[in-house]
Amino acid sequence: MRVSMTWVRDWVELPADISGREVAERLIAAGLEVESVETVGAGLDGDLTVGRVVDIEELTGFKKPIRWCQVDLGPDHGGVRGIVCGASNFIVDDHVAVAIPGTQLPGGFLIAARETYGHISDGMICSERELGLGDDHAGIMVLSNTETGVDAKALLGIGDEILDIAVTPDRGYALSIRGVAREVATAFGIDFHDRAMDLVDLPAPAVDAMPWPCDVDDARIAELFTLRRVVGFNPAAHTPAWIRRRINSAGMRPVSLAVDVTNYVMLETGQPLHAFDGAKLRGAVRASWAGSHGSFTTLDHVKRTLQPDDIVIRDDSGPLGLAGIMGGLTSEIGAESTDIVLEAAWFVSSTVAKSARRHRLSSEASRRFERGVDRVLAPYASARAAQLLLAYGGGSYVGLTAWESPYEPTVISLAGQLPARTGGLPIESSVVKERLEAVGCEVGDNATEGSADNFAVVVPPWRPDLIDPADLVEEVLRLGGYDVLPSVLPVISAGRGLTAAQRIRRRVGISLAGIGVTDVLTYPFIGDVDLDACLIASEDSRRRSVVLANPINDEQPFLRSTLIPGLLGVLRRNTARGVEHVAVSEIGRVFTAAQQISDGGVGIRPSVSRRPSQEEVSALESLLPIQPYHVAAVLSGERMRSGWWGSGQDYIWADAIEIATMVGREAGVSLSVEASQYAPWHPGRTAALSADGHTIGYAGEIDPRVLGRLGLPPRTCAFELDLSRLTDLATMVQPAPQISSAPVAKEDLALVVDHEVAASDVAAAIRDGGGVLVESVRLFDVYAGPQVPAGKRSLAFALRLRAEDRTLTAEEITRVRNDAIAAAEQRCGAVLR
Amino acid sequence: MSAPNRSYDPVGVASLEPQAVQECVDAALVAIAGAIDLEALKQVRLEHSGDKSPLALANREIGALPPAAKAEVGKRMGLARAQVKDALLAREAELTVENDLRILRDETVDVTMTAERMGVGGRHPLTTMMERMSEVFVQMGYEIAEGPEAEAEWFNFDALNIGPDHPARTMQDTFFVDSVDSGVVLRTQTSPIQMRALLERSLPVYVVAPGRVYRTDELDATHTPVFHQIEGIAVDEGITMAHLKGTLDHLATMMFGTGIKTRLRPSYFPFTEPSAEIDVECFVCRGSSVEDPSSPCRTCGSEGWIEWGGCGMVNPRVLIAAGVDPERYSGFAFGMGVERTLMFRHGVTDMRDMVEGDVRFTQAFGLEV
Ligand SMILES: [Zn+2]
Repeated sequence: MRVSMTWVRDWVELPADISGREVAERLIAAGLEVESVETVGAGLDGDLTVGRVVDIEELTGFKKPIRWCQVDLGPDHGGVRGIVCGASNFIVDDHVAVAIPGTQLPGGFLIAARETYGHISDGMICSERELGLGDDHAGIMVLSNTETGVDAKALLGIGDEILDIAVTPDRGYALSIRGVAREVATAFGIDFHDRAMDLVDLPAPAVDAMPWPCDVDDARIAELFTLRRVVGFNPAAHTPAWIRRRINSAGMRPVSLAVDVTNYVMLETGQPLHAFDGAKLRGAVRASWAGSHGSFTTLDHVKRTLQPDDIVIRDDSGPLGLAGIMGGLTSEIGAESTDIVLEAAWFVSSTVAKSARRHRLSSEASRRFERGVDRVLAPYASARAAQLLLAYGGGSYVGLTAWESPYEPTVISLAGQLPARTGGLPIESSVVKERLEAVGCEVGDNATEGSADNFAVVVPPWRPDLIDPADLVEEVLRLGGYDVLPSVLPVISAGRGLTAAQRIRRRVGISLAGIGVTDVLTYPFIGDVDLDACLIASEDSRRRSVVLANPINDEQPFLRSTLIPGLLGVLRRNTARGVEHVAVSEIGRVFTAAQQISDGGVGIRPSVSRRPSQEEVSALESLLPIQPYHVAAVLSGERMRSGWWGSGQDYIWADAIEIATMVGREAGVSLSVEASQYAPWHPGRTAALSADGHTIGYAGEIDPRVLGRLGLPPRTCAFELDLSRLTDLATMVQPAPQISSAPVAKEDLALVVDHEVAASDVAAAIRDGGGVLVESVRLFDVYAGPQVPAGKRSLAFALRLRAEDRTLTAEEITRVRNDAIAAAEQRCGAVLR
Repeated sequence: MSAPNRSYDPVGVASLEPQAVQECVDAALVAIAGAIDLEALKQVRLEHSGDKSPLALANREIGALPPAAKAEVGKRMGLARAQVKDALLAREAELTVENDLRILRDETVDVTMTAERMGVGGRHPLTTMMERMSEVFVQMGYEIAEGPEAEAEWFNFDALNIGPDHPARTMQDTFFVDSVDSGVVLRTQTSPIQMRALLERSLPVYVVAPGRVYRTDELDATHTPVFHQIEGIAVDEGITMAHLKGTLDHLATMMFGTGIKTRLRPSYFPFTEPSAEIDVECFVCRGSSVEDPSSPCRTCGSEGWIEWGGCGMVNPRVLIAAGVDPERYSGFAFGMGVERTLMFRHGVTDMRDMVEGDVRFTQAFGLEV
């Protein structure tokens, strides 16, 4: 809402020396979000004078029409001056705004007497745009109701300050000069007189015409509906400059007198009005449900298909407009309209909001109705509008018809000490009463509560947002200013700190960063194109996608079921930006559709007037996708850089597996590794990682076909783990190991096995066969070549043997060694090399 | 070598004469002093102190002396040999030190040749920021609560006093999961965790909830459809707005420095009543730029205050929806944008830097605590 300070000053006797900026500060403190304060015509420096055009000579021979004008500015401003002008929208005897030499226009243009088109132009006849007053540059401004030599700045509102206020949904009343003026009056402690409630002096209704009949089908549509009629109106009548100026100041555009008057009254009082051309109406005008009325075209030339619960204004011919939102083309005021029917009503805000949202149509009217309009204002506002129509457009007043359901103001019972208890500071009951009265409430003692310190607060009809005691508490506290609230820390009993899951998530993040991996946060949006590129098969559970109804990008309508596509995208972006070695990780949620089809979820809507039952909460939870935390990394390029020390080491599949098992250790889980196949990994270089029989994730090299398709560096590796599942398996209490101080014995074993035999199986056989004396088994070399038979390879293991309490004898060592070999032979077909 | 003198031949042994012994010692000392390294000293030791050295050979002649002379000569020889031995030890120590120093000198490298052999990692600054802000509350006794990102509409809206037709639902553009009728949305705020916390925990409740939220904004320098908030809620007996203010002042101090104040401005949120916007005093200029146009402040735009988030007293309707008696309990809640906090605390000027995953952005923050 753009609010003109001169308009506000019509309503509040604000001392002249108080600036718009000071007003803005007080309003901000009171809860109106003033976003800016602008001065109209800011930058205009010097005189701007009203002149009368006394002679016009059309100059010919130029590319465009040019006029050589004589303009009388009166004796104080140099009398008659010759001025060259490029506009043609004025005639002799019109009054115009003239900037004389020496005046500087907004934007820094300095007026000087200069020769142009063969004449010395001694000033400039100004347009709205040149003065920064509006966008109209079709011609210069023709001023009405003024005199030669008058200061045009005051006339044009130059120097007026405009406050731009972002109105929150609860403060519909602030979408009016009336509402803002009340806040200004309260903020400065000035008496406020609500002129909107003054009775407007209208002439007695003419007897030769009838008021237009009206009706409302259902009080759930409108509680108040009025029509006021003026006939014999002059459709050619101009809107007076002051109304045009004020409409401009609010950021709206003047249209025609009838429309401008409805907008003017709406801006001033907050009551939306609509003007119909009576000649185009057929029968009674009614507010009703759209029902089966198919479609019609609104004023913005958009065809609207109606839903049965839209609310419309209609006559016998059909829908005339979307009630409280926008009128229709068929009954629009036009250049011949002489019969004006003014609609002023109170529509139910939720109904207007629903229709406005459905039709994606937000209008000045709907913004006000959605937030709530004064319940009783309609007839007052339409009387004011009729008065203005009659004053500037002539015609005869015919009268009013109205439909109204009974109005009961809201009464709230308020404990006098509640504001103090909420604010944490003492507030006298008398102060509570005073502030609520400033808001417009009537505050009486609530005898029925049996306490002297209990108020019955009658809410004014323009504050539908005041419903609960807490709403009144806010009014009391905000008018006192939030800056007076004390600052006190609550005393809290001990908390339990982070959960295991939260600790593990942090540790994993820190340890990945510590080994040179960079944490990123990608958008969780993917599409079939991403899953296809990763060669993820249609029956894969990661294809059980959670779909967005309204994605940002139609190519990526799914919530991610894996972190890998996002990380591959990050790899590509970094590579494109010239980063050569990229190791990135992400910890975030992935989503897969719940097994149960989530249909009709809106049906599960527990009452909010009590705690939901366990069944209701479970029903809500059952709607939700499965959304565990995953951790994943994509590793590309060198893990250790090359340089003067020698060659570097690229990230290889083994790094991905090693880092994944490191993540497992951060959660106290020992992950076991086995060969697997899982897209998008290389079918021969994929490890499944598991613990306690649960697969936790996969690691290895990305399938070269995927990398090729996505244009990513070859040999890029990756892992992805289900961090939530890992957390579930976390070791919370690690039993201490027995540390032996007896000497160690070292034995190496080289075993030849078939290529297909997994090294981990051989190691396990050695460990199992060797028994308790085997402290550790480490694979230190792998050989395949002429020294071993084709199809076989040699695996060299380093064993450390140790007893708990003694030095091992040579016999014991030999026995362990032989047992280990025997087990490897039996289980893996291994032969000692 | 002479044979042991059993006949007591009264002939003296020339090599045991004091002058001869002294000459041997002198020769040894000269050689020792002249040894230039441990290797040379080893040779000197052999020549002047070894089994075949003149002094050792002379020493064997003592047996040939008459018993009366043995004592005196023996003493002389002992002194001589000790003198040589001491000199050897001293020189050895000297040369060892010299040798060590030379080796260390020879092994000197150009330590500025180091390159980053291991890649540099880092945690995302938004993650670190959420942890940093959470930590302030955990230290006070709060716990960290969580909730799903794909959330039931009921938790995201209805339970927070945002009814089906509430204008607030038009203020936020919501991602709907499946369809607009599924009852599931991507949470538009961390506030649904307020309700979850009240349902899942016993009173009093003091929790903070950092997390990801979603709105259907296109990505540009100041908007992103996926961003992060941190929410706090306290519900207890006797909680007042003064407690809210005190808590926010404490957070501001911990985040921006001692003495940094917060300012509350009345505002509107359906789930709090009264509601307020939180501004934090500009930690760069501390408001000095407001009165001094000659030194404008980029951080606060010379406003002196930075808009930080929203807060208020938990609307009694929310307490009722959670089954909490608003006559007995009251609470406060607040929420801030994490991106926004990062932007003004660290001077990030473009939202896109936080979402694109350019490793150079994150690596600059390293393992910042
Ligand atoms: Zn500043």
